Amino acid sequence: MKRREFLKLSAILGAGTAAPGFLTGCSPPPLPGAGAVETSPTVCNICFWRCAGTVYQENGEPWKVVGNPEDLHSMGRLCTRGTGGLGSYRDPDRLRQPMLRVEQNGRQTFQPVSWDEALDFIAERMRGIAEQHGEDRLCLFSHGVGGSHFRKLMSGFGSRGYAQPSFAQCRGPRDVGFALTFGEGVGSPDRTDMEHSRCIVLIGSHLGENLHNGQVQTWIQALEKQATVITVDPRFSVAAGKSKHWLPIRPGTDMALLLAWMHVLINEGLYDADYIARYATGFEQLAAHVQPFSPEWAFLETGISAAKIRETAREMAHHAPASLVHPGRHVTWYGDDTQRSRAIAILNALLGSWGRKGGFYIQEKVDLPDYPTPEPPKPQSDWLAVVQKDFPLAPSGITNAIIDASIGPDAFFKGWFVYGTNLPYTIPDSARNLEAAAQSLDLFVVIDTMPAEITGYADVVLPECTYLERIDPIRNSPERNPSLAVSLPAFEPRHETKPAWWMAKQLAERLDLGRYFPYDDYAEVVDWQLQQVGSSLEEMQRLGVKNFPRTTPMYFTPGQSVEFFTESGKIELHSAMLARFGQDPMPVYTPPERPEPGYFHLNYGRAPAHTFGRTINNPQLFELMPENAVWVNPLVATELALNSGDYVRLKNQDGVVSNRVRVRVTERIRPDSVYIVHGFGHTDARQRLAAGRGADDNGLMTRILVDPIMGGTGMRGNFVTLVPEEYTA
Amino acid sequence: MIRYGMVIDTQLCIGCGDCVVACKTENKLPAGLNRDWVVEATRGRYPDLTTEFRSERCNHCSHATCVHTCPTGASHLWKDTNIVLVDAAKCTGCKACIAACPYDARLIMTPDGYIDKCTFCHHRVEKGEDPACVSSCPTHCMHFGILDEPSSAVSRLLASRQQKVLLDETGNQPNVYYLI
Amino acid sequence: MLEELLVTVRSNPKIDPSLGVWSWEIPVYLFMGGMTAGIMLFASLMVLLAREEEFPFVARKLPLWAPIALSVGMLFLFLDLSHKLYVWRFYTSFQPSSPMSWGSWILILVYPVSILLAACTLRQGYPWLGRLVDRFAIGTAILDFSCRHRAVVAQWGLVLAVFLGFYTGILLSAFSARPFWNTGFLAPLFLVSGMSAAAALVLLGTRNEHERHTFTRIDIVLITVKLALIALLLVNLATGSGVQIEASQMVFGGEFAIPFWVFFIIPGVMLPLILEYWELKGRRRAWMFISPVLALYGGYMLRHLTVDLGQTSSYLNYVNAFDPALLDLLR
Ligand SMILES: Nc1nc2c(c(=O)[nH]1)N[C@H]1C(S)=C(S)[C@@H](COP(=O)(O)OP(=O)(O)OC[C@H]3O[C@@H](n4cnc5c(=O)[nH]c(N)nc54)[C@H](O)[C@@H]3O)O[C@H]1N2
Ligand SMILES: Nc1nc2c(c(=O)[nH]1)N[C@H]1C(S)=C(S)[C@@H](COP(=O)(O)OP(=O)(O)OC[C@H]3O[C@@H](n4cnc5c(=O)[nH]c(N)nc54)[C@H](O)[C@@H]3O)O[C@H]1N2
Ligand code: SF4
Ligand code: SF4
Ligand code: SF4
Ligand code: SF4
Ligand code: SF4
Ligand SMILES: [Mo]
Repeated sequence: MKRREFLKLSAILGAGTAAPGFLTGCSPPPLPGAGAVETSPTVCNICFWRCAGTVYQENGEPWKVVGNPEDLHSMGRLCTRGTGGLGSYRDPDRLRQPMLRVEQNGRQTFQPVSWDEALDFIAERMRGIAEQHGEDRLCLFSHGVGGSHFRKLMSGFGSRGYAQPSFAQCRGPRDVGFALTFGEGVGSPDRTDMEHSRCIVLIGSHLGENLHNGQVQTWIQALEKQATVITVDPRFSVAAGKSKHWLPIRPGTDMALLLAWMHVLINEGLYDADYIARYATGFEQLAAHVQPFSPEWAFLETGISAAKIRETAREMAHHAPASLVHPGRHVTWYGDDTQRSRAIAILNALLGSWGRKGGFYIQEKVDLPDYPTPEPPKPQSDWLAVVQKDFPLAPSGITNAIIDASIGPDAFFKGWFVYGTNLPYTIPDSARNLEAAAQSLDLFVVIDTMPAEITGYADVVLPECTYLERIDPIRNSPERNPSLAVSLPAFEPRHETKPAWWMAKQLAERLDLGRYFPYDDYAEVVDWQLQQVGSSLEEMQRLGVKNFPRTTPMYFTPGQSVEFFTESGKIELHSAMLARFGQDPMPVYTPPERPEPGYFHLNYGRAPAHTFGRTINNPQLFELMPENAVWVNPLVATELALNSGDYVRLKNQDGVVSNRVRVRVTERIRPDSVYIVHGFGHTDARQRLAAGRGADDNGLMTRILVDPIMGGTGMRGNFVTLVPEEYTA
Repeated sequence: MIRYGMVIDTQLCIGCGDCVVACKTENKLPAGLNRDWVVEATRGRYPDLTTEFRSERCNHCSHATCVHTCPTGASHLWKDTNIVLVDAAKCTGCKACIAACPYDARLIMTPDGYIDKCTFCHHRVEKGEDPACVSSCPTHCMHFGILDEPSSAVSRLLASRQQKVLLDETGNQPNVYYLI
Repeated sequence: MLEELLVTVRSNPKIDPSLGVWSWEIPVYLFMGGMTAGIMLFASLMVLLAREEEFPFVARKLPLWAPIALSVGMLFLFLDLSHKLYVWRFYTSFQPSSPMSWGSWILILVYPVSILLAACTLRQGYPWLGRLVDRFAIGTAILDFSCRHRAVVAQWGLVLAVFLGFYTGILLSAFSARPFWNTGFLAPLFLVSGMSAAAALVLLGTRNEHERHTFTRIDIVLITVKLALIALLLVNLATGSGVQIEASQMVFGGEFAIPFWVFFIIPGVMLPLILEYWELKGRRRAWMFISPVLALYGGYMLRHLTVDLGQTSSYLNYVNAFDPALLDLLR
């Protein structure tokens, strides 16, 4: 009933305020789709799931984007963010032209410059770096398809330095943990066979809020078929709400639970003995290792009753091998993340789910040849051996390690290209280091579509057009079936924006590296590649997606002998390699730090309406969720006299204070934690919608728990207290 | 009279709001106006909780109080169906229909001033397609069809599952059902 | 515990967070409509009962105010329309189930009758105006015509006045979607209140002691009935369905308590009642104009608060999880 919060008295007394309406007439709008409709294929670039879809225009005006029914990533339906993709094209705050940092009256500012000026400047600085320090001193941070063009440019130039935040801030631990166990990673799209699972265990993974499209759809299909879902999460996530068992675990104690589950499976003989005997090594060691970790022991750490731990373990075993312990995706949590991922991998091995229906399927992709270009030169040095010597098991670049190796006069890296990643909001506690790096580097280039905070550090900002205005490399992701998808420009680039391929090629030509880009238009590359597999650009313009038949089985066949890509050729429950590198060969539990009174675990995650910080300013998605809110348990709210809708600031142990953020009092969070959605709290005023809305989790992450194996940044070691807005204003 | 309806499975809905964005883009609604919205209802005390998500919109009521109250006939039923539409050329903007809808499902189109609302995407239904919200929903938890046809997907779902409608007590006889 | 909230933002102007489609124009319209009904009722009665001499103001001067009040009311109804150029659409159909449609057609009937009623009393009530009108042949024709059919006009006036008075209340009480309006007491309340407003006009306008005295008594009765109807209305709501109970609670506590009691009941109902009672007892003569002014104010406030309360009362209680005002950045 009563929803109006403001006092109506003002309306009674100030009766003259309502202005008379419009006198203008109107004709009813035509029905949607009644005009001239045109379509073109696209691959959504709002997140990295990369769903294929179709862009519609009506009477030359952008209309809508919908999923391509042939597409395995989307199954014909885009997610919330993909459906709102046109907003990224329409965003009035987009970058419009190249900008160069200049000194004006003793103050630095950005000056809009021509493409020639910007590119000449970059090429000259690159040559300078090569002369002074060597060709190998550039590095590329990239999170997005267009980055590949710059990677090509860099390797042609002689630099291989490269990192994606999706490794050290995201799924690195799982890639390494699974590779150490099964010899292979989970890949992207994750090779989870959820539509066939009878039991799904989610460790954190907040599917539903985490809206990786195909993943959510297959999980929902499992739900529809009454699969058992067991969700381990300190928060009553959307997934928890759809689960048979919700285990509201004490934050940071998942390892104890995982070990206890192994304990039950092994001690009760519930594991897949045939599978383990056939495929795994180190079972004896593992069985001995988990003996101390009984459910009773785990209860004291996790707060999950021993009975519940036993019950859920038995349920998993009951449905095995169609029992999937989901590997998670963003897993840089507490610093022991590679080991936790290994524990998840081992648990899956015990259930026999790897390579089995309802567990992890075997992916296939199209054997698509690269466009022929000359071999790039061998780099002067092995940058990994120099920059990441502390993390020899890390197979890819570690963003935070690269930043460290870019500070000071003796730093290894002298020039950065940052493509499509907003580092200060992506890497915890990085603002200070980014500033220091910006001081030391000879060249700092940012390629972005938006005036993201990272552009503030750059010497040169290159404005890229959005995915809706450019042709992107062919999507050839490993999937259930080999499948290709193309993304063609639906609209002309707005303003003076350009696609990444054009920028990279222009730079290459200025550096006499044109031979690496032997085409006038990237469409030639796409067409050539398509021709090699019996298709063409013309055909794909029509189809958007083309699926190919599998050539190998999707699961292990019964009794099949399998050679795993590990050292031993088997699933490694005990990892000799880890032992050799001075790490625990089997996962061990380290209790997490607990918050002092008055402090709460800073928990964070995704909301379905947004992708990190990149969509907050997208007008269509901003409209759905214009800010984040901090979730507070009612017990805490009562104690602090907070109500839903109040504003507070979050303050961490090191005194860092967030932007103001709305309180949401909800039972869905443990009393020892608070929760905010990542991506909000932008500060760059040029993003007019996003700036100042909600709180940023990243800035509050000053206690980083570095993973000793893969070097990633554990982000969940921070505690915050809530400061009511009036005390900070 | 053909009775169209929606059946939405709250067990599968994740509250993602795709239906809202899809409606807005399909129907080209101005910024800040919504024909549909998503409600989250959490019951219980930590840690004994349930959460229900509901995508809501006009219920295309069998007893459409909005249509009854409209003085000009602008609010009307589409063809021989329960789909409630507003004819902008007949609408005076008197807003009686807004006051008459217990679901607050109607809105004032800006800047023109006529009344707008969910149309069940009749422009798509006419072509045999599902409404935009239904066909975008990534969980496939929304279903659209003819309620009085026993073989339709919506009828079969209603026959097989527990369900509820919103504000049954108003007597509006809503035609959007929620499976619970 | 139940936590129910909107996880996508709802911010449809004038509908969220709660209905505010009608601000002050509709209350003015309803007030003027009700007053017109009261005027026509009293005037027609006096004409029919042939008590013109006894109640000269009511019978001769008051009728002119009916078409004026009605015009003002209809002007405000027009001002409220958000699609104004289509106002003529009211008269391209008759929708029997729509009180609004009934209303627009009733107005169409009331309007000429109210003019005829004014016309048939004009020469006596406002001789200078009568002379002005008589300068035109058509004017004379109308005045003559109305005078000739005085009785019929008054009969029609009486019937239509009751319709109009009830209609202003039924318009709102027909909205079953709004718990506060959904009560049978609204229609009689608005009728009585309209009569009270007309009585107040009389008190302001008359120079005749007998007339003043009688109408003070009439108004005291009307205000008392009004008070009783308000009480019944609240009791009716407070013993109704869950949403109605909540709706009635709005005036007993919360945001509407002060407007309702301090700005309506006390100054707009109780005070005029007391003042008029004193007046009957022969006190406070110099302040005479205050009680009818307060009564008129109360009549308007009744509509304003009823319109507001009804729009605020709802079957729904959704709250936005996020600040809907942020969407203004997009508009
Ligand atoms: N809408 C949307 N979807 C996305 C993205 C996006 O930006 N927007 N990003 C995509 C990307 S790149 C990634 S990597 C994924 C990330 O998505 P996930 O891999 O699902 O990330 P998590 O960190 O597992 O999810 C956060 C959840 O972990 C819970 N949690 C917090 N602490 C603990 C703990 O100690 N133990 C346990 N068990 N749970 C805990 C939180 O309560 C929260 O529910 O999402 C993807 N999907
Ligand atoms: N505190 C905290 N930090 C996190 C996470 C967290 O949950 N909390 N999540 C982590 C995870 S899982 C991941 S995967 C990373 C993601 O990290 P990022 O990918 O860095 O995330 P965004 O903040 O979305 O930054 C993307 C940038 O790319 C730009 N961009 C978007 N589209 C294009 C394009 O087409 N071309 C170009 N050139 N630029 C484009 C956007 O404008 C934006 O500036 O963040 C990690 N960091
Ligand atoms: S999951 Fe959503 S945002 Fe990501 S690519 Fe697919 S449609 Fe786009
Ligand atoms: S799109 Fe589907 S799952 Fe998402 S909120 Fe709407 S109904 Fe629910
Ligand atoms: S939900 Fe409201 S607008 Fe829709 S038909 Fe029912 S009463 Fe009319
Ligand atoms: S606003 Fe328009 S549609 Fe609504 S009742 Fe008035 S005329 Fe009918
Ligand atoms: S049926 Fe069409 S108009 Fe109605 S909510 Fe769905 S998309 Fe919007
Ligand atoms: Mo990620």
